Amino acid sequence: MSVYGVAQFLFFLVVLAAITPPLGRYITAIYEGRRTFLSPLLSPLEHGLYRMTGVNPERESNWKQYALALIGFSLVKTLILYALLRLQYWLPLNPNHLPGVPPSLAMNTAVSFVTNTNWQNYAGETTLSYFSQMAGLTVQNFLSAAAGIAVAVALIRGIARRQAETIGNFWADLTRGTLYLLLPLAFGLALFYAGSGVIQNFKPNLHYATVTGQKAVLPMGPVASQYAIENLGTNGGGFFNANSAHPYEGPTPLVGFICVLSFVAIGAAMTHVLGRMTGHVAHGWAVWGAMAFLLAAGFFVAYHFDAQPNPLLPAAVAQARAPGNPGGAMEGKEVRFSLGGSDWFAVATTSTSCGDVNSMHDSFAPLAGMVLLLNMMLGCVGFGGVGAGLYGMMMLILITVFIAGLMIGRTPEYLGKKIEAREVKMAMLGVLAMSTLILVFSALGAATPAGRAGVYNPGPHGLTEILYAFASPTANNGSAFAGLNGNTRFYNWTQAICMLFGRFLMIIPVLAIAGSLARKKICPPSAGTLAPQTPLFAAMLVGVVLLVGALNFFPALTIAPILEHLLLHAGRAF
Amino acid sequence: MPRPEIRTWDPALFRQALLESFRKLSPRWMMRNPVMFVVEVGSAETTFQLLWRVVHGNWTNFAFYFQITLWLWITVLFANFAEAMAEGRGKAQAEFLRRAKTTTMARRLLPGGHWEEIPALHLRMGDRVRIDAGEMIPSDGAIVEGIASVDESAITGESAPVIREAGGDRSAVTGGTRLLSDWLVVEITRNPGETFIDRMIALVEGAVRQKTPNEIALNILLAGMTIIFLLVCATLPPLAGYFGIRLSIPVLWALLVCLIPTTIGGLLSAIGIAGMNRLVRRNVLAKSGRAVEAAGDVDTLLLDKTGTITLGNRQASEFVPAPGIEVYELANAAQLASLSDETPEGRSIVVLAKENYGLRGRELEQHQARFIPFTAQTRMSGVDLNGARIRKGAGDAIRNFVESQGGQFPLAVKQAMEDISRHGGTPLAVADGPRVLGVIHLKDVVKGGMRERFDELRRMGIRTVMITGDNPLTAAAIAQEAGVDDFLAEAKPEDKLALIKREQAGGKLVAMTGDGTNDAPALAQADVGVAMNTGTMPAKEAGNMVDLDSNPTKLIEIVEIGKQLLMTRGALTTFSISNDVSKYFAILPALFSAAFPVLGALNIMRLATPQSAILSAVIFNALIIVALIPLALRGIAYRPLGASAVLRRNLLVYGLGGILTPFLFIKLIDMFIVAAHWVSVPH
Repeated sequence: MSVYGVAQFLFFLVVLAAITPPLGRYITAIYEGRRTFLSPLLSPLEHGLYRMTGVNPERESNWKQYALALIGFSLVKTLILYALLRLQYWLPLNPNHLPGVPPSLAMNTAVSFVTNTNWQNYAGETTLSYFSQMAGLTVQNFLSAAAGIAVAVALIRGIARRQAETIGNFWADLTRGTLYLLLPLAFGLALFYAGSGVIQNFKPNLHYATVTGQKAVLPMGPVASQYAIENLGTNGGGFFNANSAHPYEGPTPLVGFICVLSFVAIGAAMTHVLGRMTGHVAHGWAVWGAMAFLLAAGFFVAYHFDAQPNPLLPAAVAQARAPGNPGGAMEGKEVRFSLGGSDWFAVATTSTSCGDVNSMHDSFAPLAGMVLLLNMMLGCVGFGGVGAGLYGMMMLILITVFIAGLMIGRTPEYLGKKIEAREVKMAMLGVLAMSTLILVFSALGAATPAGRAGVYNPGPHGLTEILYAFASPTANNGSAFAGLNGNTRFYNWTQAICMLFGRFLMIIPVLAIAGSLARKKICPPSAGTLAPQTPLFAAMLVGVVLLVGALNFFPALTIAPILEHLLLHAGRAF
Repeated sequence: MPRPEIRTWDPALFRQALLESFRKLSPRWMMRNPVMFVVEVGSAETTFQLLWRVVHGNWTNFAFYFQITLWLWITVLFANFAEAMAEGRGKAQAEFLRRAKTTTMARRLLPGGHWEEIPALHLRMGDRVRIDAGEMIPSDGAIVEGIASVDESAITGESAPVIREAGGDRSAVTGGTRLLSDWLVVEITRNPGETFIDRMIALVEGAVRQKTPNEIALNILLAGMTIIFLLVCATLPPLAGYFGIRLSIPVLWALLVCLIPTTIGGLLSAIGIAGMNRLVRRNVLAKSGRAVEAAGDVDTLLLDKTGTITLGNRQASEFVPAPGIEVYELANAAQLASLSDETPEGRSIVVLAKENYGLRGRELEQHQARFIPFTAQTRMSGVDLNGARIRKGAGDAIRNFVESQGGQFPLAVKQAMEDISRHGGTPLAVADGPRVLGVIHLKDVVKGGMRERFDELRRMGIRTVMITGDNPLTAAAIAQEAGVDDFLAEAKPEDKLALIKREQAGGKLVAMTGDGTNDAPALAQADVGVAMNTGTMPAKEAGNMVDLDSNPTKLIEIVEIGKQLLMTRGALTTFSISNDVSKYFAILPALFSAAFPVLGALNIMRLATPQSAILSAVIFNALIIVALIPLALRGIAYRPLGASAVLRRNLLVYGLGGILTPFLFIKLIDMFIVAAHWVSVPH
């Protein structure tokens, strides 16, 4: 580990802590319907949209109506995107004359972008037209992110309200989140990226001859505009197959820094929104602390193992850190990001549900790769996806509160709300959905010829690839481990199922919890009630995340990355 | 008849419980507990596998599989045993109650003054019976006529008889208690099978025990974890199959049983039953487990001043002499005036004079003393002797008395009296003829240790509110002395109800005690309403608990028991889940190290062989249930601390302890079974 690598990470945490409160305040204002500094500009647009669509933003709905609106909306979006991908040949902005996307891949991609996963079984530059990228994917990048934030906000409202039946208006939440939060930030980011070397044009791919006379292609396209929202909204579906590792998408370390900050920012700010809207700002920070700890622990473990020399390389290969050589597992990493910048990016992208990559996760040291895999198995709760990180974490917070509440001798309460059978049931349903999807489909992948067919590497590394191929879609992360061909009927369909259920089997219980909590009274806190703002609580939360979230995967991890690590040191590689 | 004390490992109970634990193997019973049901299914399946091996003559590793099967069954039996032990203790208590339920005859009154003899069991609601001294009261009822002393030791364990009379708050009688004197006519208020004793028996036997809300929620959590681990084990063979590793079914079941929360799953119902029993042992009868849990959640305690916070009687605390009078003279006169005063106040004056000034009670007969008793008209009492006319009484009564004899009521005394009133006391003036001697300070004496109790409660986050009929001034003074957080003065029953509703509207849970019929609405409204057994039937109906000792202070203990019950569940859940870490380190290397010897690196306990490792984990998993039975029955140590301190402590003991303990014991068990040759160790 180098000082710079560690310092960069710590600096990042400090900046993140600094922007959390202002961004949190701003998001709170947006969803409480208060005026913001952008209101004079955007309010007419917002109300014009309401008038056009006949939405009354004041009319709130109960959790079932809210969930129905969200699911209906997502279903329609999926169908539209599917149609668009299939028909792209006949649609405009297709200078490279790409054909329609085949059915199972179109299905996988449509589900992937609607669920905020952005798993990519295709290479953008050779599969999708600019129209598909912009009108199809980028639109979904905005809407799926806004939908995720809406769910988290509805959940927070449920916690904050007392004896209420409603948790908000989905259409209004969706509109406000898109207009006031995502659009302005994405606009600013896109300008920054375009100015920093990320390309933005509608030109066809550039064909040229290299100095040696070989023919080569430089891919073109409107990258900066998509890159801004794909990260801000923790979507992660890069314009190019190589995502941020591509110099036209991730040209400089500064772009990398801003990129990571942008995909962690909203997730972190949501903890502050939780604190503000419920009147327990300190609790928001406790959750922030727990998430930051998970992120930091992941980073240091991954960085540690990645910085170790590979015992199988001959002594002639200089692996020690030296000027001009970052040392460690540099294969699959970009020199401009170095080791620390790559590991930090990789841990952050898997801890959030972003999934954008600037290095090849497949080439990480086995245990560093395990950290990335585990991040997603935990449900991406190291700040997590926009909205999704908070509501995913809330399941584990409720389980923590339940066990802690019992241990202090009271019916468990969370911020004054009694946590009873219904909440526990819903929280367990969410946890159960995650484990079931990952374990069952990975087992299916490992045991069937169709599953094994996609795997490029033998032994435990291959098993890791399979696990990753299901953990990533289920957690709606979308980062790829590579080393596995996902564009087969088997993976396209099973992953689509993982993405759909991973998203909605989480959202439905979350909204059910929101509805049930909204209806409850709030008991005032006292010396006898659990204090959810203490370091002790944050530590216990981390413990529950690891015990309830990670224990399930320990056997599988034992025979995948852990075994690979041990075998590597015993002299075998895969 | 004292209540029997029940030891944890009473031999008779032990035998009974052992038998019960086999009877409970019936799947229909086991289904109620999803965690242990899974273990039973596993035991059955491994047994089947074992038989299959026998039939096919496959003796490879037979001893190993046999032991796994055996220990899986033992795990189920241990869990059943824990439950049976808890139930057994309840049954012993029920047995004690049942003795009170005799098949006596009752004399039912018929219209026209006749009566008929019928078995008590046939009495119905509305029947009237006559009971004479020495007879058993046949069923629950309300006294219509008569006053009598009743021995209620059969249900309370308290041998002092209580007075029961028609009308008012002491008219309820309970079936199974015995009339000691006089006679009563009682109107029966219960049909057969619904009497108080019947319900008590059913409660302590657990026949009507329903799962409480927290128990249901915890069961969902445990069931969820069980399903997760089922999936973990079910998906392990295909994942292992990726490397061509075949996992044997008994070993997979061993892994599953070790991972699912069997410790808490096996002890959960025992903890609940034991919690109810702890209440019963303190002579409190909860009508539902829900009420016990609610007691742990109480935010506000409403306590009646009289009898709960104060001793109930005013007591003399100080003599304040008038100007120019020796305090000794005042004390002497006050004692003389009170010698024949049998009220608690009067006796306390005698005692105070004796203790502070060495004045002994004297025989006054030889002094031709004439006692003047207290009347409502004169509002004073006293004694005439040797020409002295000593009086004590309310200020204005004494003023009239001295002024009628040409005396003067000194200003200083008047001020002293006002002072005493302001501090919540009651002043009694003392005069000898026209001379005012001074003032006796009578005050409500706060029971010893109450302030500490309230401090404890405050640390636990519970607010105490004192309810009193006194004026606000007096109430404030006593409230301050006792250290309660708030008080409600000049309280009428409606005020109590309004206060409860107000607190509840703020999201708080309220507990109170009460005994009178006019307390009934408040008792019913309160989240925890403890009715005194001496109270009326409506009060006992309205409350969700009955205190057989009629000791209002017990509310505090009830809260503690409620908290302890939840804490025990939470602590054992944490322990159970934390245990999994070490079991993984025992079993996973054992499963895979044959195919991949490098995975032996995970065998950090250095367990001897894969078989001994798996067996040790399973044995630990079974034994820990038995080891924790006493803890489940007793409840975990309870300290009145704030939530954060309790959480820190329990997390340390049961969380961190839960992670570390099994490492030690699995290693020890492994060493034992290797030394005992339960598994073969290759050399």
